[in-house]
Amino acid sequence: MSRLEQLFIKKKKNILNIYCTAGFPALNSTLNIISLLAENGADIIEIGMPYSDPLADGETIQSSSNKALSNGMTIHKLFEQLKKFRSQNSFLKNKGVVLMGYMNPVLQYGFEKFCADAANVGIDGLILPDLPEHEFETEYGAIIKKYGLDFIFLVTPETSEHRVRKLDKLSSGFLYAVSSSATTGKEKDFNAVEIYLQKLQSYQLKNPVLVGFGIKDKQTFTTACKHANGAIIGTAYIKAIENSNNIEEITKNFLQSILN
Amino acid sequence: MINVMMPANKGTYQQPDIFGYYGKFGGAYIPEMLHKNVEELQNNYLNIIYESSFQKEFQQLLKDYVGRPTPLYFAQRLSKLHNTNIYLKREDLCHTGAHKINNTIGQILLAQRLGKKRIIAETGAGQHGVATATVCALKGIECIVYMGEKDIERQAPNVARMKMLGAKVIPAKSGSKTLKDATNEAIRDWINNPNDTHYIIGSVVGPHPYPDMVARFQSIISEEIKKQLKEKNNIEIPTHVIACVGGGSNAAGAFYHFLDNMSVQLIAVEAAGCGINSGQSAATTQLGKPGILHGSKSIVMQTEDGQVIEPHSVSAGLDYPGIGPLHAHLFESGRAKFLSATDDEALNAAFELAKLEGIIPALESAHALAALHQIKFKMNDTVIVCLSGRGDKDLATYMKVLDI
Ligand SMILES: Cc1ncc(COP(=O)(O)O)c(C=O)c1O
Repeated sequence: MSRLEQLFIKKKKNILNIYCTAGFPALNSTLNIISLLAENGADIIEIGMPYSDPLADGETIQSSSNKALSNGMTIHKLFEQLKKFRSQNSFLKNKGVVLMGYMNPVLQYGFEKFCADAANVGIDGLILPDLPEHEFETEYGAIIKKYGLDFIFLVTPETSEHRVRKLDKLSSGFLYAVSSSATTGKEKDFNAVEIYLQKLQSYQLKNPVLVGFGIKDKQTFTTACKHANGAIIGTAYIKAIENSNNIEEITKNFLQSILN
Repeated sequence: MINVMMPANKGTYQQPDIFGYYGKFGGAYIPEMLHKNVEELQNNYLNIIYESSFQKEFQQLLKDYVGRPTPLYFAQRLSKLHNTNIYLKREDLCHTGAHKINNTIGQILLAQRLGKKRIIAETGAGQHGVATATVCALKGIECIVYMGEKDIERQAPNVARMKMLGAKVIPAKSGSKTLKDATNEAIRDWINNPNDTHYIIGSVVGPHPYPDMVARFQSIISEEIKKQLKEKNNIEIPTHVIACVGGGSNAAGAFYHFLDNMSVQLIAVEAAGCGINSGQSAATTQLGKPGILHGSKSIVMQTEDGQVIEPHSVSAGLDYPGIGPLHAHLFESGRAKFLSATDDEALNAAFELAKLEGIIPALESAHALAALHQIKFKMNDTVIVCLSGRGDKDLATYMKVLDI
């Protein structure tokens, strides 16, 4: 059983997943941020692999990605930094850690080598929003599976029930429910989000569901958790640490403001 | 009798497979947020565009509004210079001044039939933006054009034209502030407006079905070339077809009905910028590797780490780090020959055409003309150059050269 599966068996509600771009705000901050997020109550940590053309991202994550790239972050450096991260901090032993990114840098790294190296450093799963399900089924899914990684598909309010079920079947670990059809960092109408999440709930899917895009504080987190297993916070956390010179303090306060 | 667009040959260079692949290039590498819109297009585009009412309106507009067929002009003095027979396909005489409008007419009719109320587009040189703003004015539909901040500066006349036509021009401020970034912004807009918006892509790029759809709308170029050669000179096929390649739509259109006839040499000309190895270039097939950009697998200029490289060309319409998947396949299979012309070669070719033939070409098209100097022709060859656009928009650049 994968670490993500075990995690959702132990804890079914209020799963908190925090996203941070690797190499942001500084080239070497990632390992520290992962530890801080784990110590302060995040259940899953999503590490963004920066890309020059992040189509699904709004301004905040575009700019953290640009900063990370100008800091010199690459997939090679990230794996170098992540070596032995599991054993460096006891809080991290049972936390889920997933990589999020776009296909092109992964293809240049070499898809199979990428999966092998990710599994080797202790990554649990992958979120690659521009890997289509056709190519997943015919080419890449088998490689991902071979290295024991979970693969997480996205669904949106525009995704038909038939397709939600298909993507749920192809996914493992969890399913990523995008709260509304939008890039990251846009304001959301939460009434509509609730109705959508109730609909997803009624499908009784195989995978736990985490809600992402537009989750930014205690209120939106709590609302999302009412109808899903948990939620993913990205833009709001990046904004919090963007201009801070005390990441320890900010991270602690940020997580407390959501969990307490 | 209405003229109907010729259908594609199946299982050949013309037509991708059902997943949008030309050989190993193509597909639809899009986030789920775009899936519904892209799938709607995939499921409907062929049915809609071959419907007789669509073809009737499309052909009528191409004739009465765009001014088609565009002339196939025998360029006597240019031919003499190269000691062969050169014909210019005069896409520069289309309404709005470039081939781009063949595609925007097609896509606006499609968008109407899909019930869309809002049009978005990206533009580099501004020709596609103007062509989109034009058809939106024609149909009374809201139009938003994304354009790189750098291109807004160097293509000012086209920005003014778009505004006069009622379009909103939004500067793309990310990355290199050129065509690639304008395309990113347009895609993000589409993600944020999933229900009422159609994205009119300006070239044979993007997720399936865009490359195939745009190629079909542009295929009118080679359909006419074929007819005109036959009528004028009783020539069945040319020996060479030469076109510039940014994303590759004018080239796709000029090549289309010759793709499966191996005796026609297809020559695609990319922008070498300051030189292939100068670090300031846009010659994608020379400098790129297989990769994914804007929703399809193709050849992409990128670093070892898979970050997209900011290209350079004096011509905003060729300043793009990718090419359409059809062209990636034509390159890889060797079906088309890929050449490149530098900024200076293109500028010289533009002045040469102006003086020899009294035609001021767009800087993009000047790259195709520049390639004439790189090819050895026989005296009885029939050479077609796709003159994709006129040079009015580039006068500021041309004037800089004149001042020296
Ligand atoms: C006149 C002209 N030719 C060519 C191009 C390049 O586009 P494509 O390669 O799609 O024909 C442009 C793009 O703006 C253009 O304006």
